[in-house]
Amino acid sequence: MADSANWDWGTGEKLISDLDEWKSSFNWVEEPYVSPDGEQIASIVNVDEAEFNVCVNGEVWREDIYDKAWHLRYTPDGRLTALVNENDEWTVAVDGESWENTFDYAWNPIFSKDGGTIAVSFQKDGEYGMARNDAPWEELFANLNCPELSPDGTKTAATVQIEDLGSADIFKFQDGVFTAADDGTPWDSKFVNVWWKSFNHDGSKLAAEIRLNLYDYTIAVNGEPWAKTFASVWKPIFRPGTDSVVAPVKAAGKWTIAEDGNIIWDKGFVQLWQQMFSPDGKKIAAIVAPSFGRWTVAVDGIAWSATIGDMITEMVFSPDSSKVAAIALEDEKWTLIVNGSLWQDTYDMAYQPVFSPDSQMVAAKVEKNKKFTFAINGKTWNQKFDYVWDPVFSPDGKNILARTVEDGKYYRRVIPVNEMIG
Amino acid sequence: MTNPSENKKPMVLDEGLEKGAAKLTQDRIEKTIKQVLEGETGARFKAYVETCVHCGLCSDACHVYLSLDRDPKYSPAGKVKRTIGEIIKRNGKVDAQFIKEASVVASTECNLCKRCAMYCPFGIDTAYMMLIVRRICHKLGVTPLYIQDTAHSHAATMNQMWVKEDEWIDTLQWQEEDAREEIPNLRIPLDKVGADIMYSVIAPEPKFQPHLIYDMAIIMNTAGINWTMPSEPGWDNSDMAMFTGDNELCARLKKEHFDLAARLKVKKIVMGECGHAFRSVYDVGNRMLGWRMHPFNTIHAIEFYYDLLKTGKIKIREKYKKSVTLHDPCNVSRGRGLHDKARWVINQICEDFTEMYPNREHNYCCNAGGGVVNCGPPYKIKRVTSNRVKAEQVAKTGAEILITPCHNCHSGMDDILAYYNIEMHTKFICEIINEVMVKPEEA
Repeated sequence: MADSANWDWGTGEKLISDLDEWKSSFNWVEEPYVSPDGEQIASIVNVDEAEFNVCVNGEVWREDIYDKAWHLRYTPDGRLTALVNENDEWTVAVDGESWENTFDYAWNPIFSKDGGTIAVSFQKDGEYGMARNDAPWEELFANLNCPELSPDGTKTAATVQIEDLGSADIFKFQDGVFTAADDGTPWDSKFVNVWWKSFNHDGSKLAAEIRLNLYDYTIAVNGEPWAKTFASVWKPIFRPGTDSVVAPVKAAGKWTIAEDGNIIWDKGFVQLWQQMFSPDGKKIAAIVAPSFGRWTVAVDGIAWSATIGDMITEMVFSPDSSKVAAIALEDEKWTLIVNGSLWQDTYDMAYQPVFSPDSQMVAAKVEKNKKFTFAINGKTWNQKFDYVWDPVFSPDGKNILARTVEDGKYYRRVIPVNEMIG
Repeated sequence: MTNPSENKKPMVLDEGLEKGAAKLTQDRIEKTIKQVLEGETGARFKAYVETCVHCGLCSDACHVYLSLDRDPKYSPAGKVKRTIGEIIKRNGKVDAQFIKEASVVASTECNLCKRCAMYCPFGIDTAYMMLIVRRICHKLGVTPLYIQDTAHSHAATMNQMWVKEDEWIDTLQWQEEDAREEIPNLRIPLDKVGADIMYSVIAPEPKFQPHLIYDMAIIMNTAGINWTMPSEPGWDNSDMAMFTGDNELCARLKKEHFDLAARLKVKKIVMGECGHAFRSVYDVGNRMLGWRMHPFNTIHAIEFYYDLLKTGKIKIREKYKKSVTLHDPCNVSRGRGLHDKARWVINQICEDFTEMYPNREHNYCCNAGGGVVNCGPPYKIKRVTSNRVKAEQVAKTGAEILITPCHNCHSGMDDILAYYNIEMHTKFICEIINEVMVKPEEA
């Protein structure tokens, strides 16, 4: 991840690019993306019939065109990537340079936390695998789903089909034809299903949701299922710095949390998912439904008293582990909920909350009546824009990097938080 | 209309049932029944069981009963009596042969269409009772082979037709490219975070009917909608696990769908013209996950077309000339009350609309819904012969085109039209809209 301390926090306002001018240069300009530091804005652009390029701050990536391009995204370290097609072959382009390896199809790029690793799923000659930083798996498979990249970017994994399965052969399916491939090497064991998975901190352990038969769900770690089975499970995660695995499990009709197969919360919920460890590794938070149709967050098994009707998502811990924030939906209106307190203002859409480095402030991109702005500590900034990207706090927490579009122009602004919340 | 095979009793051999039943033990049967009835049912089940007075008012509501010479065993109460009624009467002490037969009744002789529930003086929902039977059969591994395979596809790929991830995206890009022949700047925006609408379809569209994605892309682009289609699994809104009794898988599928919409930050999900998928988000899968309703504003294509026409976002160049009738899909009409909006839309786009009778929430089921068509070829003849009333109802309209905004209804009605030699063709609403709407170059 780019170190924001090296970004320009001194310049109040920069006009980076006039997007309306782009429109006169191309047949069409697709939705733009901005770099983490706000210094670049980029779009896929159509140059002519079936001719595409990428425009960055008004300049095209390269002279040659692509036959197709999609999924333009910046990595956390600020590199611009796209999935591109030339001469009927797909690959990944990074800052205008294509990978050497090409595929019959490539999709679903995943980035490591620091942005140093890019992984994609690919299909070549009807076989499936993953490629990490332009290095494809050696062994390929009949199908591939639920890809994962280790947090440090050193390992890839996916669910793979390891045996042929004839049309409507339900009996062979139930014997198990799927496993997880860890960097392309399949586990020794096979299962009826393998779904979402996680790596531990150094990529040496891989845990996945599995179904042993049509009825018994559990978690497998490096191919070894937990001793206990459950009515259902959701995606597991590792306890930070350890090889212990924590997953939501459904037991006796209620959802709760299990660690290495043993239930560790004494409370059961109508639903429970998206469990997360605090940065210090001491707390577990999860999104829960304490009663049918009501949603909130539970920390270490204790649910907040405030509940909401439709959805809680995008949960984050503060850097000091003292706070949890999420966005909450009821009756088509979104708001934020922080440590159990719902903000008063509501929005047509809210994005993932962002904590200041000292954990004292929380901000989020919000949308109302087709205009975008930021909400900070429960207050909505009175400036409105045609579009904004997520806010970024300066390292000292005093300023916010606001990446905004107004009247067809993209601006990078550094704004004191005090000005924004008055 | 002709009736080519009256009284034909087709031989049905379903490997899923035969092999599944062969593995059963008496102990497993009894334990499973006890677990489902004691662990998964409650007051609702008890009330239904104890309230039915066998008045028979449900019988005339059932297209299967009406089509099979009013044989009482095919009445809703008769189907309950042959399955869960017998299980209760025998205190769960039923054998493997019984389970196999119960699976056939619950999975192929009842569409879970809920028409009978409207006519029951007590509102007893036979569909719920049949779902309990399907749940028991699922837990015992005695489910018809083809629908079980569909559930397996859902489990492995998160779509019902074994569509691989690259095949899905490639199909969208192919349809986008083709549609640019009509509208040069047309896009099917993939994974556009913050779009107003996520459009989701069922897997038969990329597999067999990609032109329907094309039609919707034309409609979306003409109407100027800020929309997206997802590249990731969860794009298929269908849910045959809902009909096999695999409730855990049903919930998993809906989680993928809603998670995707949440990640894409859309304000609304528009679902294509499918009935059962719609039911799975407003009634079943959502509730299995703990939601009272769908967490996002989720609308069926009928409502979307209605809004587009009402607000003038799409305009009609010239109404469709051929005579049309409408088959009301149970899950959007009886289940969700969209029948009047459907008629309003059809009258806006078609010149000559003829009702079939009965209609709206009283319409007869197509006999394909509820997973019955997904039970596959072994049951096809049985399925069409046990819906003679539908064929008669449709034939009486004399229309050239049968509109039905549901994939299963399409399959079911195509089979019925072919079997009874009815000169009529099925269409989705989007196909007609695409034919009659004003497009950008004409605006």
